[in-house]
Amino acid sequence: MLGRDEDILKAAEDWSKAGRGVALATVVETWGSAPRPVGSNLVIDEEGNFLGSVSGGCVEGAVVTEAIDVIESGKPKTLEFGVADETAWKVGLSCGGTIRVYVEKVS
Amino acid sequence: MKLDLLHTLNAERAARRAVVVVTDTEAGTQRLVKAADVAKDPLAEVLDKRLRMAKSGMEETAQGRMFLTVHVPSPQLVITGAVHISQTLAPLGQMLDYDVTIVDPRTAFATPERFPGVKVLAEWPDAALPPLNVDHYTAFVALTHDPKIDDPALMHALSRDCFYIGALGSRKTHGRRLERLKAQGVSDAALARIHAPIGLAIGAVSPAEIAVSIMAEITMRLRVKQDKAEAA
Repeated sequence: MLGRDEDILKAAEDWSKAGRGVALATVVETWGSAPRPVGSNLVIDEEGNFLGSVSGGCVEGAVVTEAIDVIESGKPKTLEFGVADETAWKVGLSCGGTIRVYVEKVS
Repeated sequence: MKLDLLHTLNAERAARRAVVVVTDTEAGTQRLVKAADVAKDPLAEVLDKRLRMAKSGMEETAQGRMFLTVHVPSPQLVITGAVHISQTLAPLGQMLDYDVTIVDPRTAFATPERFPGVKVLAEWPDAALPPLNVDHYTAFVALTHDPKIDDPALMHALSRDCFYIGALGSRKTHGRRLERLKAQGVSDAALARIHAPIGLAIGAVSPAEIAVSIMAEITMRLRVKQDKAEAA
């Protein structure tokens, strides 16, 4: 887990230094069966490129959209997702859970 | 996250030093606490606990709800002695997410056949250990029974402040080891850090059981606060 996150945080720094607009998303709380542990990171740039994961695929799309807003506004946001049982099954997760994701701009 | 904070965070991690980022997710404010500065921090107690558990999470504090992102280097396990105990201890360590290295200059012992999937260095400790970056996040275990191999390795481990240092041998064997190391100029305080006889007292008999007792002792040293670990 740490090895993966390390690369993501390094990417966040490198992307930002290269002049790209960058946001960092972090899983801050989970309830029930959540696919990725608290502390997991996703880094996003203003064009929607991303690296890492906060849910193993379920909610990354929504996080990326919100992250682009955060890059524009500069204001951090906390997002909450309930991973419905049906969706969870479709992407191969064991069962439903809820995650809270903190999204902040790197600047 | 401020870019300079992110830069410091990445630099600390590259240097294998633990660090915690404290975020007020309501206010959007953030600060970084280096492991060396934890003791004088207002959140010292909770930071210390989180660092020992290597666990990020939300905390209710006097300053409100804070998210603590904990970054702890991955631990490594360095063993001198490609011996029977190591044949269980090395894979056990790997299962517990340690980067495991075995050092033993005796080429008859240090063979890949006896240690599939484990990094085995058939070199003397003075050559093998310095490149391994033995540090505070390292558990060091001396198992050869041979002072020519174990003694210099133990001195290296003591100088690098390993979180766990253990050495195989009876009380009598260890007594002689302490005399030798003392003669080499190692202080009493440093010598007291060596766990010997090695392992938790679980009545281990077979080499595999001794490996379990060693891994249990390493885990306790990693996770339990120092004074409580000593009382156990």
